[in-house]
Parts: sequence; structure tokens; C-alpha cells
Amino acid sequence: MISGMLEIVLISAIKVVVVIIVVLTGCAYATYLERKVVGHMQHRIGPLYAGPHGLLQPIADAVKLIFKEEIVPDNVERVTYALAPIISFVPSLLIFAVIPFGADTVLFGHEVTMVISDMNVAILFILAITSLGVYGIVLAGWSSGSKYSLMGGLRASAQMISYEVGYGLSIVGVILIANTLSLRELVEQQASFGDWFIWRQPLGFLLFLTCAIAETNRLPFDMPEAESELVGGYHTEYSSMRFAMFFIGEYAAILGVAAVATSLFLGGWQGPYLPAVVWFCIKVFLFMFFYIWLRATFPRFRYDQLMAFGWKVLFPLALLNTIVTAALVML
Amino acid sequence: MMKEVAKALGYVVFKMPMGFLVTIKHFFRKPVTLDYPRYKEPMAPRYRGKHYLERYEDGSERCVCCGLCAAACPADAIYMEPEEGENGERRAKVYEINLLRCIFCGFCEEACPEEAIFLGQEYEFSDYDRGSFIVDKESILVPHPRKDNPFKRIYRQVRRVYGVTDKV
Repeated sequence: MISGMLEIVLISAIKVVVVIIVVLTGCAYATYLERKVVGHMQHRIGPLYAGPHGLLQPIADAVKLIFKEEIVPDNVERVTYALAPIISFVPSLLIFAVIPFGADTVLFGHEVTMVISDMNVAILFILAITSLGVYGIVLAGWSSGSKYSLMGGLRASAQMISYEVGYGLSIVGVILIANTLSLRELVEQQASFGDWFIWRQPLGFLLFLTCAIAETNRLPFDMPEAESELVGGYHTEYSSMRFAMFFIGEYAAILGVAAVATSLFLGGWQGPYLPAVVWFCIKVFLFMFFYIWLRATFPRFRYDQLMAFGWKVLFPLALLNTIVTAALVML
Repeated sequence: MMKEVAKALGYVVFKMPMGFLVTIKHFFRKPVTLDYPRYKEPMAPRYRGKHYLERYEDGSERCVCCGLCAAACPADAIYMEPEEGENGERRAKVYEINLLRCIFCGFCEEACPEEAIFLGQEYEFSDYDRGSFIVDKESILVPHPRKDNPFKRIYRQVRRVYGVTDKV
């Protein structure tokens, strides 16, 4: 009995460590991917010097950021200022607690589920946790004692309120069809290519995609940062590792959203021939590439356009999608 | 209302994919940026870089320190002092070019009656202190006599007759 408990605890601990390491490495290389892809789309070459094709650039960046001087401006709220990066960093990592990476497998004689926590309300958990990330941004903007940061924080909160509704509603269609909130069961229902929920919820997928970009503060919805308007937005006054934590948090959130989208609409780990984890990574990678592609393609929205878009387009469309799906499911 | 919805749909279905196509097309193009310190684009043959002083085939200096280059120099960047060489020939004791003053116009090379001074291809001579930009004769004098480059004479002729032109 005790050894059984110990086994569960040990396996969970190992899973947590592996997932954190993989996600952090993924974040680091997401920056590399972004710089390379955007560079090539703009006829540049991107990082090239650290390692072959600049492959060690993320490590060099990490080392640089760790050893940089930490500058704390005089009129900051010290406690909040120190807490804000953590608050924005932790929730984006927490998403990965419920993401299923593969089917159940047997490794070294142990039954291993390829998900840290197979919650039956995984989607609710994700919606709750991703919304928490904005607190970090708002608090960072407020505690920095700088106009630009405050503007960034205000924008983040306004943006979050207008997009959260559409974000939540765009998932409802999938939940109605699948009749479950567990991500594992959702993925299991999309066994073959034709069963992917993207085919049954194309509008829901587009809405989710759009809202997810706003949710993770990415271009063309990167209002809180908007470096051409607000210097750096909420992280203007941050430096060194605290600044890096905002960035890791942002990229982890992108990876998390990509993983959620993969599980919800693109069949998660399901795929022929290759191992489940590989399929999952391929899909997440394609999603990341699309994110970067989008960044290179579209200019930033104006603030009022963004609010109007959220409330007048995304929200009604998501509502319509939900109602139509509900009616079809009822029939 | 319907018109606006149709317009918005048109944007989503046609215009946005076109935007994506443009970026992905450029993604597969050859980058314009050069991998500079590793790969250096060859300079144009008439590029005017750092100066050098030529020698005769027998190794003696071409420059006779006549001062025409210093007179022609619009930036007043050349300073020289003459002396008498071993076999009684006139040559430069001091020949300094201030590369910070020099505007690389090439007038010195045009003015030179001995075909001694030329503007070369070198452009990487940044440094940390201003003093090192005043180059003396030893550092710009070519170490060995070179075979006379026929193109050089042609360029010189072209410059002398037509001024600076792009065609050679």
C-alpha cells in the first residue's frame, strides 16, 4: 500500500520535473524560432553566431539576463513589484498540469498516464488559470510607478475583460459536442483525422485562435506591450531576471495555448505511425509557427479597434456559435 | 448591415490569406542581410578606401613629396616633410594622412604626378583612440613593389579626363 503511494508520488514528481524542463526549454527555443522566422520573413537572417545557425542563442540570452544588473527604480511598490513577474509566470506554467501529452503507456514496468493531473474539469481549470496571468501584468504596471507601465497594465485589464468572454464561449461549442470537460476524454474522442473538432467547429476554432492571441498578448493584439507606443508597456521598469520571467511567462502562455488548441481542436496526441508525444509536439510546433507567421503579417490593432472587435464581433459570433451548436446537439 | 458583414467576410476569406501568402513567400526568399564579418562582399573596383603609397619596380618609393596631394586635399588631411634620400633623390621624411579629416574624395590620387598615392579597397579601420587614425608613411607604404596593374592606369586616365564616372 505504502509502496503504491510512493510509486504514484514518485511518478508524478518525475512527470512534473520533466514537463517543467521541457516547457522552459520550449520557451527558450520559441524565442529562437520567433527571431529566425520573423527575420527570414523580413529578409534578415536572425541569430547566427552562438553555435551552429545561432542554436545556442537562447542559452546565451539566458546567461546574459541572469547576470545583468537588477535595477529597481526609486518609486516602485517594492513587494508588488517583486511579486508581479512571479504572478504572471506561474499561471502560464500551470496550464501544462492538465495537458495530456500522449496516451497511457507502460514505462519501465509502471503504468504511466501522460498527463500530470487528469482533472475532470481541465477546461475550467485552464480558463481560470489563464485569466490569472493578467494580474501579474496589471500589478506590474501599477507598481512600477511609471506612466508607460500603468498604461500597459490598464490596457491589459481592459483587453482581458473584452476577450475573456469570447475565449470562454468559443470553447463551449466543443464541450457541447464532446459532452465532457476532461481534456483526455476530449482528445480520445478525436481518434481519426475526420473526427477532429476543427471540422465540426470551424468558427469556434477561428474564434478561439483570435481570442487566444489576445489572451497571450501577442501581436497583433499586444496592446499591453506595444513597444512603439508605450516603450515596453508593463515591463518598462523591469530588468534582469524579473524581465526575463515576464518573457518566459509570455512564451509559456503561448505554448500552453497552443497545447490547449491542439487538444481541443486538432486531435491532441492522436496521429498515425509516429509516437503520440511526437505528434503532439508537431501540432504544437505548427501552431507556434502560425503564431509567429501572424506576427510577421499583421500590424498592431488600435486600442479602440481592439475593444470594438472584442465586444462587437467576437462576443456575438461566439454566442451565435454556441447557440447553433447547442441547437444542433439537441436535435 | 448585410453589406458590412459581407465585407468583413470577404476580408477574412480573401484578404487575410493573401497577407499570409505574402509573408510566407518572403520567408523562402534569400535574405538581404549579409553574414558580414564572416562573408565580405567584394568592393567595387573604384571604391575609395584607405590610402596606400606605391613603389617602383625596383622597390624605391614613388612619392617625391611634391605636396600636390596636400594642395589638392579639400579637407587638409595630408601633412608632409621632404628629405634627401640615399642617392640624392627627394622623398618624404614624414607623410601623414589624418583619416578622421579625410573625406575619401580621391583628389590626392588625381593630383599625384608620380602615381604614388592611391585609395585602396580597405574600409575596416575603426579604432578606439583618435591618435591611431593619423597614419604615417610606413603604415600606408606597400611593403613590396607590385607589378603594374594595367586597370589602375585606365581608371586613372578615366578619372583624369572625365572626372569621376561610373563606367570604366
